[in-house]
Amino acid sequence: MERPLTKYIHPGCPAFDLKEYEMTGGYSAVRKALGSMTPLEVQQLVKDSELRGRGGAGFNTGMKWSFVPMDANAPRPKYLICNADEMEPGTFKDRLLLEGNPHQLIEGMILAAYAIQADVSYIFLRWAYKKAAYLIHKSLHEAHSAGYLGKDILGSGFSLDMYLHTSVGRYMCGEETALLNALEGKRATPRAKPPFPQVSGLFGKPTIVNNVETLCCIPHIVNNGAAWFKSLGNSNDSGTKLYGVSGKVNNPGCWELPMGVTMRELIEEHAGGMKTGYQLKGVLPGGASTDFLTAEHLDVKMDFNSVTAAGSRLGTGTMVVMDDATCPVGFVHNLQHFFAQESCGWCTPCREGLPWVEKMLLSLEKGEGTAQHIELLQLHTGLLGPGNTFCALAPGAMEPLQSALKYFREDFEKHVALKGCPYG
Amino acid sequence: MIVQNKKEQTTTVQQKTVSYRVGEQQLTEVEMQAIDHEIALLPHRGAAVIEALKIVQQYRGWISDESVTAIATYLQISAAEVDSVATFYNLIFRKPVGRHIILLCDSISCYVMKYGTIYTALQEKLKIKFGETSGDNNFTLLPNACLGCCDHAPALMIDSDLYKNVTVDMLDRILKKYT
Repeated sequence: MERPLTKYIHPGCPAFDLKEYEMTGGYSAVRKALGSMTPLEVQQLVKDSELRGRGGAGFNTGMKWSFVPMDANAPRPKYLICNADEMEPGTFKDRLLLEGNPHQLIEGMILAAYAIQADVSYIFLRWAYKKAAYLIHKSLHEAHSAGYLGKDILGSGFSLDMYLHTSVGRYMCGEETALLNALEGKRATPRAKPPFPQVSGLFGKPTIVNNVETLCCIPHIVNNGAAWFKSLGNSNDSGTKLYGVSGKVNNPGCWELPMGVTMRELIEEHAGGMKTGYQLKGVLPGGASTDFLTAEHLDVKMDFNSVTAAGSRLGTGTMVVMDDATCPVGFVHNLQHFFAQESCGWCTPCREGLPWVEKMLLSLEKGEGTAQHIELLQLHTGLLGPGNTFCALAPGAMEPLQSALKYFREDFEKHVALKGCPYG
Repeated sequence: MIVQNKKEQTTTVQQKTVSYRVGEQQLTEVEMQAIDHEIALLPHRGAAVIEALKIVQQYRGWISDESVTAIATYLQISAAEVDSVATFYNLIFRKPVGRHIILLCDSISCYVMKYGTIYTALQEKLKIKFGETSGDNNFTLLPNACLGCCDHAPALMIDSDLYKNVTVDMLDRILKKYT
């Protein structure tokens, strides 16, 4: 089984420096693309590979790039941004790539920047990743000294500057237009679309924002081709995927596996199954803003379409397992507390609705809830759902709530009947 | 509502600035140099506000009203604009904090792995709740939304140090490093 992204990442071993990275074929994709491919050929190759964005939305990466104006009169500078914010609760996959092989990301970014002919690129890194910040800083310096960044890279005529921006918190920064506002030194509120960032993004210039894992796939696609990348997947989706499992399992962690492994394989094989004394009750398959799946879904393949068909989303592919000793109402209250706190306050349904949802769940937990609370919660899953808010934060927040009400309704009702939490 | 709030905020900040004496609000040479470095990379001065807040906080520990005004003057934007940004981001501190910041992850994986027991123990040891600073001014305890360490939950961070798989028994040893 091939693991292109994590082949040279070993827990406990330091990340490769430039020399080590080059010795294992590093930057050969940059040499190949800048030396013998046009930017549009790189775009086409990535489009053909059917690489889908690993940040959660799953949009075809090559297609996303193709919306950037490429003619000689295109506005300049154009920007390529790596979204390394990774603020979704339960998600820790990009950390592995950032700390394990920063040069791989930088190479992917150079290739992406070349494909859209970007002049400037940023790595937008979450503040908590201190080790990653140190390594990226060091690697950027090495790459610059070796001529992979800066003016006229490898004599190709293509120039690119790359900077690291460490954030100062807030989940909203992961939303691509809010991220742009944060980079511009503003509050991280989302922007209206259209115009899409590809046309008018950072400082009003054409901008592409890609996830860390997405960008790390690019050097391997350039080196090995679209057909190879497609053959890595276990399902209709191409490539490998970084999957993670956290919760009361024997071996929580993050692994690169063929796209489309089943939830069962992930939880039972890689995560070592549930800890003794605990049963699996529910799973958020792709982070805090994805619908619950249950034990009956264990044979669902973890790819974009299969998880959607099962009623949830692949999201980031890092799952949170809820065991039978954890109260689903308390679990969902924790999530809604997070979303209410992280709402940027821009639109009314989200700003006002999420705190109300949080309060109702707290009432239920404290034994002060009534049947009407459950009805109102159900109502909010629609009122704060898609189409009623400015961005996807509140609809994302409603996903675990609506599915908890569907699969664990008995637990909600017990809180009312017993006037308290049955889980103690 | 938001617009009204913003207006109120603007008024407050501007009223406050009137009472400052000139000279109180100055940035230091070192701070200005670091901010200049950031400005040079950006299309206009105002875009450096987050970097400026980070730099000033690094030297002063937190962002006072005086610091807000000083940054605003230096970047040639209004104090209200600086404060709207400073109050948005949770890691810019608009109140004084202790020498060390404890960020305890309260997100979902840490909830499942019972971060609550760690919080209870920290409250007992330091006699403070979330948002408070210990009497000796050594620790400020804050909740934090996900440290990206979910496979080693529960997790906490003190300053730049990450602690994984934290148990109540480990706390004394961890805290001792900072006292």
